[in-house]
Amino acid sequence: MRIAIASGKGGTGKTTVATNLAFYLKHFDNTDVTLIDCDVEEPNSHIFLRPDCQEPKVITVPVPVVQEDLCTACGKCAEICQFNAIACVKEKVLIFPELCHGCGGCLLVCPTGAITEKQREIGVVENGKGKEIKLVYGRLHVGEAMSPPLIRAAKEFSPVTADEIQLIDCPPGTSCPVITAVSESDFVLLVTEPTPFGLNDLKLAVEMVRILDIPFAVGINRSTADNNIVQDYCRTEGIPVILNIPHDRRIAEAYSTGKLILESLPEYHEQFSQVLGYIKGVLS
Amino acid sequence: MIKELVVISGKGGTGKTSIVAALANLLNNKVLADCDVDAADLHLVLNPTLTEQEEFWSGKSASINSDKCTRCGKCLELCRYGAISKNFVIDKVACEGCGVCYYFCPAEAIDFTENMCGHMYVSTTSQGPMVHARLGIAEENSGKLVTMVRNKAREIAEEKGLDTILIDGPPGIGCPVIASITGANFVIAITEPTLSGIHDLERVAGLAKHFDIPLSVIINKSDINKEMSQHIKDKCNEMKINVLGEIPYDEAITKAQIQGLDLIRYNSASPAAEVLKNIASDIKDLLPFLKE
Amino acid sequence: MKIAISSKGNTLESATDPRFGRAQQFIIYDLDNGTHSTFNNTQNLTSSHGAGIQTAQNIINAGADLVITGNVGPNAFNVLNSAGVKIYLTSGLTVQEAIEKYKKGELENVSSNTVEGHWV
Repeated sequence: MRIAIASGKGGTGKTTVATNLAFYLKHFDNTDVTLIDCDVEEPNSHIFLRPDCQEPKVITVPVPVVQEDLCTACGKCAEICQFNAIACVKEKVLIFPELCHGCGGCLLVCPTGAITEKQREIGVVENGKGKEIKLVYGRLHVGEAMSPPLIRAAKEFSPVTADEIQLIDCPPGTSCPVITAVSESDFVLLVTEPTPFGLNDLKLAVEMVRILDIPFAVGINRSTADNNIVQDYCRTEGIPVILNIPHDRRIAEAYSTGKLILESLPEYHEQFSQVLGYIKGVLS
Repeated sequence: MIKELVVISGKGGTGKTSIVAALANLLNNKVLADCDVDAADLHLVLNPTLTEQEEFWSGKSASINSDKCTRCGKCLELCRYGAISKNFVIDKVACEGCGVCYYFCPAEAIDFTENMCGHMYVSTTSQGPMVHARLGIAEENSGKLVTMVRNKAREIAEEKGLDTILIDGPPGIGCPVIASITGANFVIAITEPTLSGIHDLERVAGLAKHFDIPLSVIINKSDINKEMSQHIKDKCNEMKINVLGEIPYDEAITKAQIQGLDLIRYNSASPAAEVLKNIASDIKDLLPFLKE
Repeated sequence: MKIAISSKGNTLESATDPRFGRAQQFIIYDLDNGTHSTFNNTQNLTSSHGAGIQTAQNIINAGADLVITGNVGPNAFNVLNSAGVKIYLTSGLTVQEAIEKYKKGELENVSSNTVEGHWV
């Protein structure tokens, strides 16, 4: 079973929920769990799990190479490239690998067969165990813009097995990287906070999950008794709210030092037990 | 001379937009630009009235014309993104817009057209004119869109004789952030006293230094972890970065947002508002000295 | 000889645009006869990324021999350099003032890119 934890905007507590849910599964529910951190531009889960990492796996994408003696500088490759990764000026072809999406169009269009491909490193997939939780996380190299291939690699690194639960910590937003991370999940938990900003971004995330057609529910972080804007929205839309983490300054303090809620404040285990109960119920 | 101030933060959720909204109230003669298009929230506290909208087109996407398609399977074989189904329908979400299927379809059955990915808006607010945007699902913010929003804001500033542009910048340090700060006059980075906050601040500082744009820092929720706040201040000192102010953890910030107000309108005497008033006054003093 | 100047407007009195790839306009000034034309750079940019590369390619196609702008990233620099287009830097001047300064030999010529391109 694979559960994705996503949110429309950053900073709502996605990583907090993912790491604590993982901790709950392992230490309160005795279930094997792998957490895959797909927020490859800013992976943060390892700060909370502090894993002993194995040798990282290097991830590459294909990029074109021009064999100059075969190239006639006809410019067809620059013309087909939709990503500005190839320029053809004054009898010379220039390649900009960091803009390349690896579509292979230039290879196919080259009339003289002057283009071949090589593999270019974009990041690594780290893996290890921290607090008895298996953690896999992608880390995009500084200067790279292409995160989806790395996200796919992180997910493929650890295929789903029958006897464990996998949690996917997604990047924020609703664009390509998030969709890559969320797809092929059995369930999505959307984390938000009960503010107008949180609600606005939640609505976008809901639109996204509905397009992907995956069962989902909402978790509210920093919830307060006197503010129901997210609950009201969810009730109107028929979306279940399965997690409420109250607005508790002690949680923010624990977070700032890299501690899990369940380590500092184990009384919150009830909240995570409900999440799991609900998801298991929906999927069985 | 128009001065562009950009407010950025490495990670999301640091309170950037709330701070921009408060500064919007405290600074004079300005145009507001929301370049945080993935999570465009500034309009939620400024109650804008829409006056103008423009479509935003970027990139291309392919679609198969089933009347012409001979189901030869060439596109399926060539597409590296698995975007074409066995029934020859293109999945818009998976399609990267490379055009390979379009170029090599022997039956010329594939259309490859520009993608309408969102809208740019111009609005009036109680705090002056605002330029903002909204993207469709699965579309991403880009240097192109940020530049379009900034250009529009500048156009309005020139037209109306306003001398400041206050920009709510995108999170992260990728392409949209670069597009939001190149050619700007002043960058304000919002950070939090957390481990990830420090990490992000270093990357943002590198960026501002590279573009030779003066950078100042605001530490939000500074009293959540005083030790870490001190560490950030030491770091800033080391990197010769001015700390504009430390905003204490203040419930009024969230409450203002819930009321749909900026912090100053909600409660101009709250602890965070007091700090922001000082920050705004420092910024006003700085403005004439910013180089072009 | 033709100079391409990144500009915020379409006259010689317009301010120069410190951006290269995402400059609003370019004024193409012909040093030999003092005439100029403009091209709107925003319309040329169809892709979300790689603006510097596409702009450089467009400027080369417009026949420019040198560029006056505020900053040039590594990608644009590579394209311009490969085509033998020289790059001069300026800030805070009008297009006309930048041209005059160039004529007097007072502008800084760059031999490498001034800013890094992609930061992630």
